[in-house]
Amino acid sequence: MTYAMKSVETDVAESARPALSLALGAVGRGIRSGLLWLAAKALPPLVTLALILLVWQILCAKPGATLPPPSQIWRDSYDLITQPFFNFGTQDIGLGWRVLVSLETVAYGFGFATIAGILLGALIGQSEWAMRGLDPIFQVLRTVPPLAWLPIALAAFRDSRPSAIFVIFITAIWPILINTAVGIRNIPQDYRNVAAVLRLNPIEFFLKVMLPSAAPYIFTGLRIGIGLAWLAIVAAEMLTGGVGIGFFIWDAWNSSRLSDIIVALAYIGLVGFALDRLVAAVGGLVARGAQAS
Amino acid sequence: MAPIKRPYLKLDRIGKIFERRGVRSEVLRDIDLAIEKGEFVSIIGHSGCGKSTMLNLVAGLTQATTGGVLLENHEVNSPGPERAVVFQNHSLLPWLSVYDNVRLAVDKVFSGKKSRAQRHDWTLHNLELVQMTHAKDKRPSEISGGMKQRVGIARALAMEPKVLLLDEPFGALDALTRAHLQDSLMDIHRTLGNTVIMITHDVDEAVLLSDRIVMMTNGPAATIGELLDVGLPRPRRRLELVSDPTYVAAREAVLKFLYERHAYVEAA
Repeated sequence: MTYAMKSVETDVAESARPALSLALGAVGRGIRSGLLWLAAKALPPLVTLALILLVWQILCAKPGATLPPPSQIWRDSYDLITQPFFNFGTQDIGLGWRVLVSLETVAYGFGFATIAGILLGALIGQSEWAMRGLDPIFQVLRTVPPLAWLPIALAAFRDSRPSAIFVIFITAIWPILINTAVGIRNIPQDYRNVAAVLRLNPIEFFLKVMLPSAAPYIFTGLRIGIGLAWLAIVAAEMLTGGVGIGFFIWDAWNSSRLSDIIVALAYIGLVGFALDRLVAAVGGLVARGAQAS
Repeated sequence: MAPIKRPYLKLDRIGKIFERRGVRSEVLRDIDLAIEKGEFVSIIGHSGCGKSTMLNLVAGLTQATTGGVLLENHEVNSPGPERAVVFQNHSLLPWLSVYDNVRLAVDKVFSGKKSRAQRHDWTLHNLELVQMTHAKDKRPSEISGGMKQRVGIARALAMEPKVLLLDEPFGALDALTRAHLQDSLMDIHRTLGNTVIMITHDVDEAVLLSDRIVMMTNGPAATIGELLDVGLPRPRRRLELVSDPTYVAAREAVLKFLYERHAYVEAA
């Protein structure tokens, strides 16, 4: 993995040099094509967004509408939208802070899930007997909805924060585990033969062959896992309380602040999107090294 | 005068039966072969005659059903760097650079025996042996098939193996690249004096490179059909050999074995 990362960096550095001189040579053309690219990428979603807001405004501006129109949301939740990081006391903080609190919980749960998922996935991918013994159990457990674990976790940990972390863990681990196992099972026999001739010990084999070889699969699992974790954290926080973005929605509902809820939904969506792209980007960098030749 | 000379590498009445889902298939039967130190032996035969199985047995990647492999009187029962393999499809780890692929082997075999600097030098030395120093920082996907095979050979040589095992090393290469690599391999063999077992289905390659050619009968239950001593002096030059009567005779003997007495029967 470290090798892969290192040479990816050098690749980037090497390819950046000619790209730089090219850009300096034709700055005007570069900027123009850059703007075109941006327009082609950014314009369609912006136009769609504007249309959605317009339709929404028309539908909800009528008297008797149950949901607030965008203009009213802007007025009601102006400070929430424009100031993500204000802090006026424990429950009166900006949505940026709340997202960070939720992200921290996700980071713990997802972190544990990554470690446990890759190790267990490597085990059932590598050992026929471990697979026979564990796979049926995992297949059953993974269909349990995340929130169904919450009461068990609350009973076991007697605290809301570790329970939320556990729910994230148990949600995110299955795709990581299953994808890792598939990746390990797909390691070409040639690499195994090389490792056998070199007499790599299990730890060396794990670090030097298994992880880099299965990296594309592992990152597919991580990407699905982070998406599910972000889905689960909001629901879990609604039930466990705290200061996260999930609890904010629940709190706003109880105080009938519909506008705030809609703003929070936008935050959740954008953060989820960013998380997905982040894991995909890291995976893309790492997986370049594992390409078969 | 040693009264009883024991062979360096001995394949002792080897039989191999694969059993999968109750279906038994006998691949090899009664393989007896003794190889001297520094000898270059080729194994030739039609597809499916168990050549690769034989090599894997010497490598320790598979176990014999009956009989066994003895290297310097020690039984071979697991793979190890003293029997380095050059695989047909190079088997370089694609996420490591050329240098790191060889270095991985060097680090593993010589940890504790050589210092870091020595291991670095040894890695470069072996890359130099196959003329691949110029591409040491490239990834396997960035170099040609012939170059990959060179690196595979460098990796195997870097382990300082007692026996070098080559599994159709040049099978996937074009004729020109192949000739080039054969010459390189001859040079290396002359300099280092390795004991080499090479699988091939190229008659010219076998005659050109080998001291002895092992001709396999067709499977199932393949065995050694004939052994041919190639009495050509070394160093051998490709162009001079074309009209050399010994070369022609050896070539004819192998061709006759393969296409007259043991013609390949296509599975219907």
